[in-house]
Amino acid sequence: MSRAAEIAEKFRKADIKNRWLLSSPALLIIFFAALGPLFVVLLYSFMVKGDYGDVKYWQFSSDGWFSVLFERDIFDNTLSFASANATIFWRSIRLAGITAISTLILGFPTAYFIATRPENRRDIWIFLITIPFWTNILIRTFAMQEVVRNEGIINSALIGLHIINQPIQIMFTDWAILFGMIYVYLPLMVLPIYASMEKLDFRLVEAGYDLYATRFSVLRRIIFPLVKPGVVAGSILVFIPALGAYVIPRVLGGGKNMMLGNLIELQFGQARNWPAGSALSMALMVIVTVALLFYVRNASKSGAGHGH
Amino acid sequence: MKDSEVAIAALGVSKVFNAGGQHPVFALDNVSLTINQNEFFTLLGPSGCGKTTLLRLIAGFEFPTEGQILLYGEDIALLPAYKRPVNTVFQNYALFPHMTVAQNIAFGLEMLGQPKTQIEARVAEMLKLVRMEELANRRTSQISGGQQQRVALARALAPKPKVLLLDEPLSALDYKLRKDMQIELKRLQLETGITFIFVTHDQEEALTMSDRIAVMSKGKVLQVGSPHDIYDRPAERFVANFIGETNLLEGTLGKIKGQQAQVKLKLGPTITATLPDQFASTSNVTVVVRPEHARLTTDKKAALLSGILENIVFFGTDTHFHVKLADGSPFILRQQNATGAVQALKVGQSVGIAIAEDAARVLRD
Repeated sequence: MSRAAEIAEKFRKADIKNRWLLSSPALLIIFFAALGPLFVVLLYSFMVKGDYGDVKYWQFSSDGWFSVLFERDIFDNTLSFASANATIFWRSIRLAGITAISTLILGFPTAYFIATRPENRRDIWIFLITIPFWTNILIRTFAMQEVVRNEGIINSALIGLHIINQPIQIMFTDWAILFGMIYVYLPLMVLPIYASMEKLDFRLVEAGYDLYATRFSVLRRIIFPLVKPGVVAGSILVFIPALGAYVIPRVLGGGKNMMLGNLIELQFGQARNWPAGSALSMALMVIVTVALLFYVRNASKSGAGHGH
Repeated sequence: MKDSEVAIAALGVSKVFNAGGQHPVFALDNVSLTINQNEFFTLLGPSGCGKTTLLRLIAGFEFPTEGQILLYGEDIALLPAYKRPVNTVFQNYALFPHMTVAQNIAFGLEMLGQPKTQIEARVAEMLKLVRMEELANRRTSQISGGQQQRVALARALAPKPKVLLLDEPLSALDYKLRKDMQIELKRLQLETGITFIFVTHDQEEALTMSDRIAVMSKGKVLQVGSPHDIYDRPAERFVANFIGETNLLEGTLGKIKGQQAQVKLKLGPTITATLPDQFASTSNVTVVVRPEHARLTTDKKAALLSGILENIVFFGTDTHFHVKLADGSPFILRQQNATGAVQALKVGQSVGIAIAEDAARVLRD
């Protein structure tokens, strides 16, 4: 082995050791704050439920997972498919999906608007977008209630303008949940799209116009592919928390329009069935992970390899 | 020149940014120009002179505040960029990073709605023209600056524009590559027969490539002419200073005979100088002499001016001599280096300056 190769080998070994050492804080945090708790939840989902909540430790059972899929009739003890759970799953996925699409439709032009302002004024717009974050989500949701309830702003305005005579029932419907979620999650869509759009070289847009592309073609063929990472990030940031939303469906949907978050809370609270709650949480996580894998793979297939 | 051969005509074009605002910027001030078909036309000037603004008005990225822009006689001043049969090569190429080389070249043709087979044929033709066949499927981030330049050219030429606009396309390249691309550009222009409008601040680039040059300053076109015209017969002080090195001598106008005038220099001697076109006679004039049109001499009779040799700068092909004249103003001479010619001159020695016949020009201002 030549001297240079020996030196290279020595440094390579030292480098590997260094890398482990330097990344150990991050690894510790990931282990104790993310993987560890997740493992506890997984473990709980396979234990026997305690009488007053909690679980009976180290007594394993599949009841928790069983109740995710099936329900036992309390009178005749027959088994049937847990259609209530399925309805709630489906409503959650649908509402979260519609929320993601709606925030994209609203957020994309917003991000474009901000990114095309003069540089010194963009910060002000971003600041305005983030202001709602300063208020607790519960308070924001109650404020939304004030907008959508029967005597609220929308209904009284419509009645005042003589467009309708009777208030439209929005409160305690899926519409109310949707409005609430769009309002709360919109900044999470705007910010990542803005971040990619800000880096967008607008000379490319000019080049598009120069090469006979209409406004729509420029948007479809140039702007959208280039800000796609932001769109992907924004959609993920909106979809995942929307799927597990708890406060918004609770306050705006009333008791009857539950989403997954409420169902899980119910299991941990009133139902005192922690294994079922844990199993539901894990099921939710699996759905999200699978959906994400598909989404990211599809998104990166067509948008791969750009950047410098 | 026949009217039909005018490709682009700017008629009284003005562009004011932030008009009506607190700080309006007068980018173009009543500019009129005609650019002929098949011409390699250069807009030359320092940054901020309005040359890029004029180019952007022709491309359709900006719209004139006033005036007309005619493309083969048709006013296109208010037409959006995508409706103009004009293409641009951008300063930093602006290649689409999410597309391959071939996809970049095909983009304009696709937008024009040409059939697929025709697009493929044209892309292949363009790749061949710029000698990039082998890199057709590379991403634009995976090719060098010079190659990106070629792709940008191919992309802009593919839709067969009536006029090709080039916005300082060579400024990002290193010296050697720039020289090669200058020749390449000239070749492309001759092969395609398309009118090129080239924007640059590099006077050497302008002189080597152009058929005609428009020198611009502060939103105005000062002089339009062939490289020879511009270099040998600068009409204004700015043009003389901007293009090449110059010596300016102040004097008073004497007898005029045709295009020739006797100018009595402040330094004493009288010199015969050529007058510019449209010369408004004034008594105080400036005479310009190019450094290569003057030579050092020890012959007292041949010397028109005299001074002290202050500096000798060797440039390889030639040598510059900096002379301080009697009134303290500098005078630069350039002499080509011949083999074996040893200059016995020393810094600090007093020298005479002889000026070639027909070399002095009176400036218009």
